[in-house]
Amino acid sequence: MTDIIIIGAGPAGMTAAIYARRASKSVLVLEAMSYGGQIINTPDIENYPVAAHISGFEFAQNVYNQAKALGAEFKFEKAVEIRDSGDTKTVVTPKNEYEAKAVIIATGSENRKLGVADEDKLVGRGVSYCATCDGAFFRKKAVAVVGGGNTALEDALYLADIAEKVYLIHRRDRFRGEDATVEKLKQRENVEFVYNSVVTKLNADKKLESVEVTDKQGNVRTLEVSGLFVAVGRIPENQNFASVIELDGAGYAVAAENCRTKTPGVFVAGDNRVKDVRQLVTATADGAVAATEAVKYINS
Amino acid sequence: MAVKTITTETFASEVLQSNIPVLVDFYADWCGPCKMLRPTLEELSVEKSGVKFAAINIDDNPEMADEYGISSIPCVILFKNGKEADRSIGLRPKEAFDEMLG
Repeated sequence: MTDIIIIGAGPAGMTAAIYARRASKSVLVLEAMSYGGQIINTPDIENYPVAAHISGFEFAQNVYNQAKALGAEFKFEKAVEIRDSGDTKTVVTPKNEYEAKAVIIATGSENRKLGVADEDKLVGRGVSYCATCDGAFFRKKAVAVVGGGNTALEDALYLADIAEKVYLIHRRDRFRGEDATVEKLKQRENVEFVYNSVVTKLNADKKLESVEVTDKQGNVRTLEVSGLFVAVGRIPENQNFASVIELDGAGYAVAAENCRTKTPGVFVAGDNRVKDVRQLVTATADGAVAATEAVKYINS
Repeated sequence: MAVKTITTETFASEVLQSNIPVLVDFYADWCGPCKMLRPTLEELSVEKSGVKFAAINIDDNPEMADEYGISSIPCVILFKNGKEADRSIGLRPKEAFDEMLG
């Protein structure tokens, strides 16, 4: 039996692996995709102490190498269930079952989709969830951003420098994001606000050609855009573990700063936990706390 | 075999006129997920026979990204007899490409 199984090899999970290994616990990290988590999409990290500039890829590689060198084991399998039998927890993947004394869930979150027909089919053919990743493909073209939070506002500002025209589509007439960013956007001649509207249709041949938006009065308008950037929030990836952790209304795992859940021996760390600030540094901090708590739990 | 770097100039001879299927990785140096994906493709290129593995930098060869309507990378396209047979977007696990190659 492994001492600690960590689900998710993003910054939170890999930091937990480092802390757990340094406390001499055996560690198995289960990851559905590839180590690194969503930070690998960030070209340049400028707000993590010590490194003034580091790419998300390099950051992920460094943390992975550090955890590996300390003896953490990584397996690329998706955890689909946690079974709690008191002192033993069983983590189930499509291929295997693994037993551990403690489990840390550090699965992060995924992009929320609009839910419009053909959205999935057009990902990579005009539909994107990451402006900094895909913005460069829309140089001098018209694009639309959907959303009302900081991500949507910052995406629109980023794209305003690249694209010829940026439509910012929001279902309300006020933004949740920061006023300062809204003001900056208002200064941009190539940004047009499309308030009280939702995307109702994507028109495409082989790639996106236009989007249909419908406003609250039912008026339909077609925007000729080759790119649609969806920034309507994220969904925490906790659904598979609802039997052992409590979820809030938005699906986040309920746990205080000590990362403990309602099940003794099951901890949560990172973006999938209820918290106010979701940053790289708060994710790694959670990893440290969750691992320390898990070690304490096993030793007691 | 390894993943072979190709360009707009060599695309026709390396991909479209190839006698065997070709898996082409459209990537850029600034793209983190592309860097994460490459070792997987390198591994597969050693394991799989009867398939050619190629990579094309879309910053140096934007014509080809345009040609295939690519707006997100990594984008991996499987070509058979000069035509697109399948496409995968984003970082995906090795099994996904295993499946794609059949």
